[in-house]
Amino acid sequence: MTAERVSTVAKPGRSPFTLWLRTHALQIGITIVAIGIWAIFAIGSPQTFFRGNIYQAFMSTTPFFGIMALWLTLVVITGEIDLSFPSIMTISMWVFATVMMATGNLAVALVLMLLMGLSAGMLNGIIITKVGVPSLVVTIGTSFFWRGMVKVLTGGTGTSLLPMRDTIFYELFVGRLFGFIPMQMVWMALFAILCWVLLNRHRLGAHIYLTGDNADSARLMGVDVDRTKIIVFGLAGFSAAFAGLVASLEVTYYWPTLGEGYLLNTLSSVFLGGTSVFGGTGTIYGTFVASFIIGAINAGIVAIGMSGFWTELIYGLIIVLSVVTQTIVGRRIK
Amino acid sequence: MTEPTVRLVNISKSFGEVKSLENVNFEVYPGEVVGLLGDNGAGKSTLIKIITGYHQPDPGGEIYFHGKKVENLTVPKARALGVETVYQEKALADDQSVWRNIFMGREIANRLGFLDIKQMRAVTQRLMTEHMGFTSKAVNPDTPVRTMSGGERQGIAITRALYFEAELIILDEPTMALSLSETRKVLDFIANIPKAGKAGIFIDHNIFHVYPVVDRIVVLDRGRVAGEFRKADVSLEELIDRLYQVARTGRLEAARGGKA
Ligand SMILES: Nc1ncnc2c1ncn2[C@@H]1O[C@H](COP(=O)(O)OP(=O)(O)O)[C@@H](O)[C@H]1O
Ligand SMILES: [Mg+2]
Repeated sequence: MTAERVSTVAKPGRSPFTLWLRTHALQIGITIVAIGIWAIFAIGSPQTFFRGNIYQAFMSTTPFFGIMALWLTLVVITGEIDLSFPSIMTISMWVFATVMMATGNLAVALVLMLLMGLSAGMLNGIIITKVGVPSLVVTIGTSFFWRGMVKVLTGGTGTSLLPMRDTIFYELFVGRLFGFIPMQMVWMALFAILCWVLLNRHRLGAHIYLTGDNADSARLMGVDVDRTKIIVFGLAGFSAAFAGLVASLEVTYYWPTLGEGYLLNTLSSVFLGGTSVFGGTGTIYGTFVASFIIGAINAGIVAIGMSGFWTELIYGLIIVLSVVTQTIVGRRIK
Repeated sequence: MTEPTVRLVNISKSFGEVKSLENVNFEVYPGEVVGLLGDNGAGKSTLIKIITGYHQPDPGGEIYFHGKKVENLTVPKARALGVETVYQEKALADDQSVWRNIFMGREIANRLGFLDIKQMRAVTQRLMTEHMGFTSKAVNPDTPVRTMSGGERQGIAITRALYFEAELIILDEPTMALSLSETRKVLDFIANIPKAGKAGIFIDHNIFHVYPVVDRIVVLDRGRVAGEFRKADVSLEELIDRLYQVARTGRLEAARGGKA
């Protein structure tokens, strides 16, 4: 075939290094923010921040929403949003608690719980793609639906998970590795690696980016956009169930209100991490680091003795600021 | 006689109330380029999207590739049959790298779906230097396409269609965003399609682009084939007259516009 059609001369100033800076701008940015916040806390309260306890506390509580934020990142990269995960947490945990009480078989309870989360997530995806309703609307609807169902089923009463206490499951999900590292942290690290591999080294990830970037073109080139979205919502539901279990095991109690209070910190982790609200860009590294920033801010607010009422205000501010900065910085770079 | 690369029989396509295509018969033979002409909204893009498997025709229509009937054509099926397309619309994923765009929808992966990024990068690098004329080391397979010019981007879209051993290359208004010299290169490329024994379909509003590089011209009007003739049978001036006539009456004069 004819060679050199549409030939071009490269614009000046596109050295490999500036290219690397451009493509990693958000990751570099979030790293600097994390170091900056750590420095502020360390200077402000050295006696707390130069001891291990505080880090153990971060590793214990951050995964409750961090695990969710990792998988939610995939949803947001496809250009969609999921607001129903807190409710999927509680309905899935209700399945777990109920099956555990009825059969005493923890393995069966675990499998059914994860299946519940997976199906609820896929249901979101199917309504969004096959019926064509925006994900914002669908997941607000399913969110009320699942939480409402839990309220009806439980009448507001919880279930003690004490039977779990001395089982291998307890050690596996919320035990302490080497007597120090909370197992939920190990799971979060494993999920981060899994998400990163899926997103960057697997066909599913390639399709996730393409779907969020230009769904029409992706469809024209043979990407099954609907299937990609259904899978991603399914995975988000699955991880909601998992995160719900971990959060409940930590307190050995299933509260029907489980998940309430996780919406804002999860969303702020994703957006602070540099994932674009418009879809098509986002990184697991960004979300991972941002989750810990969010966790630290929460701890920091409590540590300086501010009221818990401040946390919502600050998370809200973080979401708005990060989305605004991203959009402005993104425009500059492009 | 050779079978056509693709043959459409009695194809209709409706979007709700809108009938975009009505009982269209159409074929392209190996070694020829067919120019598809018609006003905005005539149904040209809809027709080629049926060939690429993006749209499914209304019941009753039939699609044949090399004489074999194909049921339930999808984009991956059509691409496997050697159909590659350069679309008029925004065809690239802007924030993704060159290699991700080149391999969009047909990533090289193992059986478990894990990508062979090394190979995709290497192929992209080769295509960029050999076919797209990128000489600078600063532009590499990892560069996001958003940073590139219109010509560079169209180069990617065209190279993408070529790399995969296409048998039928469809170009839907490929020159729309291009400069004069870039347009020239696209037209040269189209003129060369038959030499390799491949087939092409070329849609463009500019009759002066279409006429020189095609062998046959099909005119669509409001979803119907209004006429069809060989280039050898009609001069450029006559063709322009006839297109005006189609615009007025929806018909082509039967006289010399007979079928091939
Ligand atoms: N996806 C679609 N949904 C509804 N109507 C469509 C769709 N695609 C095309 N049409 C309609 O079909 C007709 C033909 O469109 P098109 O094939 O794009 O024309 P052309 O490419 O010749 O300009 C137009 O009336 C257009 O509005
Ligand atoms: Mg068109």
